[in-house]
Amino acid sequence: MSVARHRAWLIVSTVLLGLGAAAAVSVRAEMPLAQRHSGYADLSPDSKKMQDDDAANPGMLWVLDGQALWNAKTGAANRACAECHNDSRASMKGVAARYPAFDTKLGRPVNLEERINLCRAERQQATPFAYESKELLALSAFVGKQSRGEPIAPLADERLKPFLEAGREQFSRNQGQLNLSCSQCHDDNWGKRLAGNIIPQAHPTGYPLYRLEWQALGSLQRRLRNCLIGMRAEPYDYGAPEYVSLELYLMWRARGLPIETPAVRP
Amino acid sequence: MASVLINVPAKAKRGEIITIKTLISHVMESGFRRSQLGVAIPRDIITSFVCNYNGEEIFQATLYPAIAANPFVAFDTIATESGTIAFTWRGDNGFSATDSANIIVV
Amino acid sequence: MTDKTIKTLASRRDVLASAGSLVGGGLIGGFGLLSTPVAQAQVQVQVQVQAQMQSQMRSQVQSQVQSTQADLNLAIRRIVGEATVKPGKVKLDVPPLSENGNSVSMSVSVDSPMTPADHVKAIHVLTDKNPQPYVIGVKIGPRAGRATISTRMRLSDTQNVIAIAEMSDGSFWSATETVIVTLGACLEDLS
Repeated sequence: MSVARHRAWLIVSTVLLGLGAAAAVSVRAEMPLAQRHSGYADLSPDSKKMQDDDAANPGMLWVLDGQALWNAKTGAANRACAECHNDSRASMKGVAARYPAFDTKLGRPVNLEERINLCRAERQQATPFAYESKELLALSAFVGKQSRGEPIAPLADERLKPFLEAGREQFSRNQGQLNLSCSQCHDDNWGKRLAGNIIPQAHPTGYPLYRLEWQALGSLQRRLRNCLIGMRAEPYDYGAPEYVSLELYLMWRARGLPIETPAVRP
Repeated sequence: MASVLINVPAKAKRGEIITIKTLISHVMESGFRRSQLGVAIPRDIITSFVCNYNGEEIFQATLYPAIAANPFVAFDTIATESGTIAFTWRGDNGFSATDSANIIVV
Repeated sequence: MTDKTIKTLASRRDVLASAGSLVGGGLIGGFGLLSTPVAQAQVQVQVQVQAQMQSQMRSQVQSQVQSTQADLNLAIRRIVGEATVKPGKVKLDVPPLSENGNSVSMSVSVDSPMTPADHVKAIHVLTDKNPQPYVIGVKIGPRAGRATISTRMRLSDTQNVIAIAEMSDGSFWSATETVIVTLGACLEDLS
């Protein structure tokens, strides 16, 4: 091949590669705010009843455990959450609705589970709970429930911006063996059915929630891992910063929708 | 002991039919599942649930593996007199749980 | 000695195609459940053929065991003895389509004055395709005021749910409903 031809081919192939890369991260327009609804609206009447009735909602069993943990002295400091935070109904109201929040010391956003563990380590001198452990789920369910009914209100913190953008990029990126992006299902095809279930818009309004598929309460990270596995993509480890930036974006995307913790979902 | 949530009206009129709702945390392992290596996971379920009203049995249920995890059982009873409504769950591997609620009948 | 039907694998298209016809088959099966042996056999063949076609590859961790009509009949015989079970008086409230077979809400209420002379003694709930037929067996009496129970059950597949009420006069009444059980999409475990 002549030098000129070779150069031309190089230019063309680079342009094509560039286009390909750009196509893989197509940033879609945001869903119109008025069009958004929680996954609650997609539930069957029986599941809605299960979520609405505190006497029938299995998630309340974890909230009950969380209340016990809130009041229990723990750690080397022998201190209960209640000693600093007093009545959770007042002090924790609205908290879950504005997480993930920026942690100045760590220089990055943290989600509610990380915040609880940071408190345990710093203020109670207790060992942090493992992700997805019964205790961490119980405490985050208890704290989350205190925000039930509150509209999701992510903080307008400039420091969160790069992480929000990272989350948005994750949501739009094609990944995994199926080369799917979150956006393709949850922005473009919500309301339609995938196997037996209705595809939700993917607003994390009720986490941690009781998923019928798990027959247990689980966190948003567990659900995101399920999504990644379902897409045949490699799931990040529990506690990975990718989950926090994605959660930050999802919460921003769901701003204004009320918290439903502990929700029930299929 | 397992976490239990019972819902009994605190007050009722004599002769009124009240609905009692109960929830208990339990995995209810059916015994029909297999692990990833093909090994059968042994059964571990709640097998019986009994409710006593001031010592008299008013409701008894035998539960099987087909009952979903974290069993929810709701039933009706007549509010006859003030007193204690007691609940007992028993299951495999010596599982046992109890709870009670007081009711004032006017 | 009972023989179990081993589920066969089928393509997704078969599943979707037969899902509609299964409802019809299931309903017919539901009506004919406790009638003549010939009708029962015909229904059994139809339901089993459709069950085989309709088997989607469920997560491997779940058993492939499934009980047969014979198991269910035996279970019912154990409850009612030689008595006939009449359809009626019992209202079985289940969703026609469940979101997840792991937890299907169910309510049974029986039309009865619940007096010491005339009341419901027991309520039994069974299924025809779970690995074993029993769901719950409840003992109540006139103190109940209303013969109503609610719980949540597991259904391994689309099938019939049967509720049988035992009355104080020794009679048995029943209701049968079909529940379609679908599979979730994004599973946690693909193995």
